[in-house]
Amino acid sequence: MVDEGEVRRIAGLADIQIPEDEMPAFTVQFNRILDYFEVLDTLGEAGAGERALHTVMRDDEPRPSLAREAVLANAPADEDGFIKAPRVM
Amino acid sequence: MSGVVIGLEIHCQLDTRTKLFCPCSTDYRDDGPNTHVCPVCLGLPGTMPAVNRTAVEYALRVAKAFHCEVPVECEFSRKNYFYPDLPKGYQITQYDRPLALGGYIEIEGDGGLEKRVRLTRIHIEEDPGRLVHKGGGDRARYSLVDYNRSGVPLIEIVTDPDLSSPKEARRLIEHLRATLEYLDVYDPEKEGSLRVDANVSIAGHERVEIKNISSYRGVEKALTFEITRQRSLIRRGVAVERETRHFVEERGTTRASRTKVEEHDYRYFPEPDLPPLRVADRAAAIELPELPAARRERFRVQYGLSPNHARTLTGNPGLAEFFETVAGDDPVLAATWVADTLLGELNYRGRPVGSVGPARFSALLALLKSGRITDRSGVEVLRIVLDGDEHPDAVVERLGLAVTGDDTVSAAIAEVIAEFPQAVADYRAGRGNAINYLAGQVMKKTRGQADPRELGRRLADALAEDGPCT
Amino acid sequence: MEDPYHAYIRRLEPRSPGTGILAGRTVAIKDNISTAGVPTTCGSRILEGYVPPYDARAVELVRDAGGAINGKTNMDEFGMGTTTENSGFGPTLNPRDTTRVPGGSSGGSAAAVAAGLADLALGTDTGGSIRCPAAFCGIVGLKPTYGRVSRYGLVAYANSLETIGPMGRSVGDVSTLLRVIGQPDPRDTTMRGTPYAHDPVPDVAGRRVGVPDEFFGEGVDPRVAATVRAAIETLASLGAEVVPVSMPSMACALAAYYVTCTSEASSNLARYDGVRYGPAVETARPWHDAFTLVRSAHFGPEVRRRILLGTFALSSGYYGKYYGKAQTARANVSADYARLFREVDVLAGPTMPTVAFRLGELADPLSMYLADILTVPANLAGVPAISVPCGTVDGLPVGLQLTGRAFDDETVIDIAAAYEAEVAA
Repeated sequence: MVDEGEVRRIAGLADIQIPEDEMPAFTVQFNRILDYFEVLDTLGEAGAGERALHTVMRDDEPRPSLAREAVLANAPADEDGFIKAPRVM
Repeated sequence: MSGVVIGLEIHCQLDTRTKLFCPCSTDYRDDGPNTHVCPVCLGLPGTMPAVNRTAVEYALRVAKAFHCEVPVECEFSRKNYFYPDLPKGYQITQYDRPLALGGYIEIEGDGGLEKRVRLTRIHIEEDPGRLVHKGGGDRARYSLVDYNRSGVPLIEIVTDPDLSSPKEARRLIEHLRATLEYLDVYDPEKEGSLRVDANVSIAGHERVEIKNISSYRGVEKALTFEITRQRSLIRRGVAVERETRHFVEERGTTRASRTKVEEHDYRYFPEPDLPPLRVADRAAAIELPELPAARRERFRVQYGLSPNHARTLTGNPGLAEFFETVAGDDPVLAATWVADTLLGELNYRGRPVGSVGPARFSALLALLKSGRITDRSGVEVLRIVLDGDEHPDAVVERLGLAVTGDDTVSAAIAEVIAEFPQAVADYRAGRGNAINYLAGQVMKKTRGQADPRELGRRLADALAEDGPCT
Repeated sequence: MEDPYHAYIRRLEPRSPGTGILAGRTVAIKDNISTAGVPTTCGSRILEGYVPPYDARAVELVRDAGGAINGKTNMDEFGMGTTTENSGFGPTLNPRDTTRVPGGSSGGSAAAVAAGLADLALGTDTGGSIRCPAAFCGIVGLKPTYGRVSRYGLVAYANSLETIGPMGRSVGDVSTLLRVIGQPDPRDTTMRGTPYAHDPVPDVAGRRVGVPDEFFGEGVDPRVAATVRAAIETLASLGAEVVPVSMPSMACALAAYYVTCTSEASSNLARYDGVRYGPAVETARPWHDAFTLVRSAHFGPEVRRRILLGTFALSSGYYGKYYGKAQTARANVSADYARLFREVDVLAGPTMPTVAFRLGELADPLSMYLADILTVPANLAGVPAISVPCGTVDGLPVGLQLTGRAFDDETVIDIAAAYEAEVAA
């Protein structure tokens, strides 16, 4: 059972906002889903090495990169060849 | 420094041709921003990583060189955190199943004895892009992102907290760097190719992490500053706070991170697009080249070098190879001239040893060995050869630096004895130092072309037979 | 041509590029499969304006085979839904009954094929997203073996579960489209097996068909169950040996699926930050505030819910309880299939527990999740599964699901073809 505070903490971790007026209903639904997941508690935890496949690696051969115009074409804002982003400091 | 406990996390870019998960070239340093990116390293929707075999091979070489245990399988995981230089919103790295575990690096400890610094692990990961802050550091209005670096392969080498001083930390990094060069997996000339985070504490107190040290010289500076800071806190009875600090290279100081000390929860899980990698078999097949420690030992035995010269000359593979090329039939002379003279001259000029022609340097050594020029002239010749395009023989010829014949020196000795009676008297009165003064005068007259080792003996002889004993 | 069911997010003028086994045939592409120069939205407002500079491998292969791509189809946002109501561009309607959903998340592709707007379609299947709408719209849809079709260019929702697959009006069409897309690609290093080069052999004589009890359990509409049992009788009449079997790992399969897919999604969807593409992030704000705003404004409610579920399941202190245990459950499902496929050639059961829902009927998220109970096991184990129409209930289509061994998509196709030939006759 998680309370609204815990949902807010998870939302903070995920950088997602749940509007306050939706929070009570959201929390109820969230808990119903988590309750359903409880069935997993009947199981032990898997060890490592359960994945059957192995990665096939590629050769270290360079291939052409995208033209810069193509890189910037989708970017909402750019400057001097850089892509603009919010400040991080 | 007793009571100091240091552990390092060292990130090195592997010198592969392409990025870790896509075929973009890693040779981006001379090009403009966002010119070495493709849908994969730009994190465009729908793209998938494909592992560069050479990056894995390089990392395994390092693991083997440092005696790590390589498991049958390793696995990539996602480290989830959100930052604009991280185009997928997660970094593909390794978490609970790294490429290598354990192992050690041997360095010279502060006591002068060999010291084993244990390794916790080595893993492979991708470099993020690069951020530029516009509007100046603290008051940045926005950031600019260049993804050229995004996806360049890194290895992260994590040591146990086995280091006891900033000097040991520096030596570890120097040795690591040399080994990576011997393994041919790393190019120290590439800017920002080595980055270090250090954990440091004073025994019995909290641990501080210093991030953002981007040179191996910086490691010693940052740690020295930080230890002084922590000691001063402890002296004043203030508790050392467990925190992350940033190294400010220009000032040689560390500062507290201004980002709030948030609980990091990276939510690691196995990268679903990359099934496990089989690595033990690959590691077993690797044949390592001769590494610095082995070459050092060989230089001592094979060439009869002093421990110091052997250490210096094996400091990087290019230097060691240069030495072996010019060692000839007098390796000790060659070692002296390479380690004590050439390196200093190159360092002064900011040039690598690769820029020196071994044939010319051998010619210089031949001049010195035959006694045709003095050591002093040798330095002069070397400088001219380094700065111009002249053969040492031609320089000696042009400047008339060949050691002068006996007559000239004899004449100069006679003149000096006549011109400096006081010094002569002092010498004869038992003040042996006076002979150095007289030798200096002879050198002056012969413009340094007298062999100094010879000169002392000949002056003493002349003073003994010449003139009256009082 | 009109699009009365809103099957498409974007129509394209089909070029007819000439020769190849798809020459002259129109192909609709689900909008989470990248198309060079053509917007690819995944049914999400957060990808508005994004134009991929590259083609997905499957799209490349469709073009090379002469297929005429006639549009990008509607879908639940990022594939997160069972109804195609969770699209940022409005719901798709079921051509068989416009008061009903077409199923999801490849509802646009299914509706386009069912309504004759396209001959064939590419869908994607993470937990039933091809088979569910195929069943609800009365067409054929195959989820191929994981690793048989390149995922390069498929916008990831849950990488370890999903695959691109063919949808069509007949098993033969589906097989033809799989021949086109079932080709190797060095850019998807999870690919395995041999290229698919099979022509359907409609023969089921001597094949062993397992029928798991659990596929007819609680929650399965008895009329749907009866329709599917009748279809299995048809297979028996054609010479198949029908064997009742049991698959106890089903008990945890749905929970394991939702924990796994939401965990992967929480990570996959972190790249939509409005920096490199998509609606602009506000660069005047501090990073985390700006990032939070973009995500909260442009992701729909179901996507936000799944990001939170996945973030929770992976977070410190909960990882072992959720993600870790889910992987155990997943291994158990694979082990059950491995055991069963030593005894039988395919498993048969209903694709969906019910017929198509009414629009708006599945408002509660958990009820919607529960509808996936019969389709998710194949994704957890990576095995191939097909849905073929096998009759109707109240005039609404019912799908027969046939599941086969990994990399034996051929047998699944053959048995489906045998059934289809018999009912057509």
